[in-house]
Amino acid sequence: MKNSQEFAALIRSEALKMVTRAKASHIGGALSMADLLAVLYTGILRVNPLEPQWPERDRLILSKGHSCTSLYATLALRGFFPIKELETYACDGSRLMSHITHKVPGVEFSTGSLGHGLPFGCGKALAAKRQGKDRRVFVILSDGELDEGSNWEAILFAPHHRLDNLVALVDYNKIQSLGAVDEVLDLAPLADKFRAFGWGVREIDGHNHQEIRETLQSLPSEKGKPTCLIAHTIKGKGVDFMENQLLWHYRNPNDEQLQSALSQLASLS
Amino acid sequence: MRTAFIQELIQQARLHPEVFLVVGDLGFSVVEPFAKEFPDRYLNAGIAEQNMTGVAAGLASEGYHVFTYSIANFPTFRCLEQIRNDVAYHNLPVTVVSVGGGLAYGSLGYSHHAVQDYAVMRPLPGMTIAAPGDPWETRASVQWLCENPRPSYLRLGKAGEPVFHSAQPPLAPGSLLLVKAAASKAKAKAKAKGIFLTTGAALGYALEAAASPLLEGGWSVYSLPVWGETVKNAVAEALRAHVCVVVVEDHLEAGGFGSFIREAMRGDTHVALRTLSLDPKVCGTVASQTALNKLGGLDASCLIQAALTLP
Repeated sequence: MKNSQEFAALIRSEALKMVTRAKASHIGGALSMADLLAVLYTGILRVNPLEPQWPERDRLILSKGHSCTSLYATLALRGFFPIKELETYACDGSRLMSHITHKVPGVEFSTGSLGHGLPFGCGKALAAKRQGKDRRVFVILSDGELDEGSNWEAILFAPHHRLDNLVALVDYNKIQSLGAVDEVLDLAPLADKFRAFGWGVREIDGHNHQEIRETLQSLPSEKGKPTCLIAHTIKGKGVDFMENQLLWHYRNPNDEQLQSALSQLASLS
Repeated sequence: MRTAFIQELIQQARLHPEVFLVVGDLGFSVVEPFAKEFPDRYLNAGIAEQNMTGVAAGLASEGYHVFTYSIANFPTFRCLEQIRNDVAYHNLPVTVVSVGGGLAYGSLGYSHHAVQDYAVMRPLPGMTIAAPGDPWETRASVQWLCENPRPSYLRLGKAGEPVFHSAQPPLAPGSLLLVKAAASKAKAKAKAKGIFLTTGAALGYALEAAASPLLEGGWSVYSLPVWGETVKNAVAEALRAHVCVVVVEDHLEAGGFGSFIREAMRGDTHVALRTLSLDPKVCGTVASQTALNKLGGLDASCLIQAALTLP
C-alpha cells in the first residue's frame, strides 16, 4: 500500500481531473477532506474492496455528498471499482453522479441534501449496538452543513444512547456556499458545543496525517461517548490558487489550471 | 385502530425478529406492551422526527424493518425529505405510521390534521400506502407489511373506530376488498347500480350510504386498504368490471385517493366515475372529526347524492 501522503496526492489529482473533465463544481471541499480519506483508507477503516458489502466492515458515510469526487477517487484507487470509471464522472448514464450515491461499490449512503448523514449514521451505530457487533460508523460532515437542525437532533441523540462506535469527522474548512462560516452562521465555539452535548471531542490539523492517524487509532476518544473529530482544514488544500478561495466551491479548472494543479501535487508526493 | 395496530405488531414481531418500533415520544398507553416485550427492538427517539426517520433508515439498512410511529403530521410532513431520500430512494424497509390520519384529531386544529398525506407519500419511489378502514383491515395491513417489508406509509385512525369486518380479511395491494355486496334482490331486478370505493376512514360513510333506502340496495361497498403507484394498473383493471364508481376519501382532492383513481382510469370511458374528497375549508376550522368531515363534504348524504346523480 502506498503511504497515505502519496495516496492523498493521488486522490486530489484524480478529483481534479474529474471536475475538469465534467466541468463540475465543489472541488474546494473535496480537496479539504482528502487527507482524512487518505488516512482512513490506509489502515484505519476495516473494509474489503473485494467484498464491499462485507457484513463486519466499518461504515463510512459522506454526509457532505457534494464533495464526492475525492471519495470516488479514494474508492477507485483502493480497488472498489476500476479507476478508469472515474472518467465517466457526471457523464450521461454514469454511476458516478455528482452527489455521492450508494449505487457505487463502497458507498454506504446517498446524500446531497445536507444534514442527512449523521442521523443515518446514528441508526447504523445503534443497530451495531443492538446486534452486539463491534463495527464502527464514521460520518464525514462539512462545517456549513452543521447549520441544518437535523444534525443537532442527532448530536443530542448519539451521546444519550452511548454510541461510542460512532465518529463524526467535521471537515472544518471555514468556508460555506456564500462566504466564511463565521460570517454566514458562526459555529464557534464548535468543540464546546459538541462537548456540552456529551461527545468526546478532539481538535486536529486535518492535513497532518500523523495526527489524524493517531487520533483515529485511539477511538473512542472518551469511553462510552461518541467521538467528534474537528479537523481544521483548508478549503482547496494542495493547490495554491484554490486554497481558502470561495470561488473554488463553484469553479472548475481549465486545462492550464489543471496542469498547474497536478504539477504542484506531483512535487508533493 | 391504535390498539389493533400494536396488538398485531406485537404478534408479527414474535414471528419476524427484524420488526423494530421507533416512536417520536408519542403513543402513551399504546406502545408500552411492545416496549416491554421487545426492549431491544424499541426506541423512543424523542421529539425529533428528522433524526427519528434518519435513524430508522440507518437501522433498516442494517437488517431491521422499522416502524416509525407518531401523530398524523409529525412522522410525515416534518421529516418528508428523510422519507424521500433516506428511506424511499434507498428502498429501505421503513413503515411510516401515522396515527390520527385525516381529521381524527379534529379539535386539536390544523397542525394535527393529515389531509395532504397521500399527496406527499404516493409519488415517492416505491412507496406503498396502507390506509385501513377498520381494526380488522388494520391487522391485515400490518401483517401484510411485516411479510412484505418495503418503504411504506400506514395511515391509522385513532381509537374506538367501528368494526366493519367479522374477521381479518385477505389483503393484497391493489385488490378491492368487498365489504358489503349490493342486495341480491336489487341485483336481480335492476342489476347492481354501482360501487362505493373507499380507503381509510371513509369506509363507514360508504356503508351508511349504501344502506340508505334511497339507493334501493343497489350499491356495493369496496375498500382498498393497500395501494400505490405500483398497483395503479391493477386497480384500473379491477374497476373496469363496474359501471358506476363513487370514490370517497378523507383527504383533500389534490393528490388524494380520488386523484389516484382518476389517473388510473384516465381515458376509460366505460366507467362513470365520481370522486368525493374533502373541501379545503376544513383546514383551519376547529371541530370534531365528524363535524369537520361534514363541513368538508363527507357524510352519508353527500355520498347518496353523488350516487344518485351518476347515470
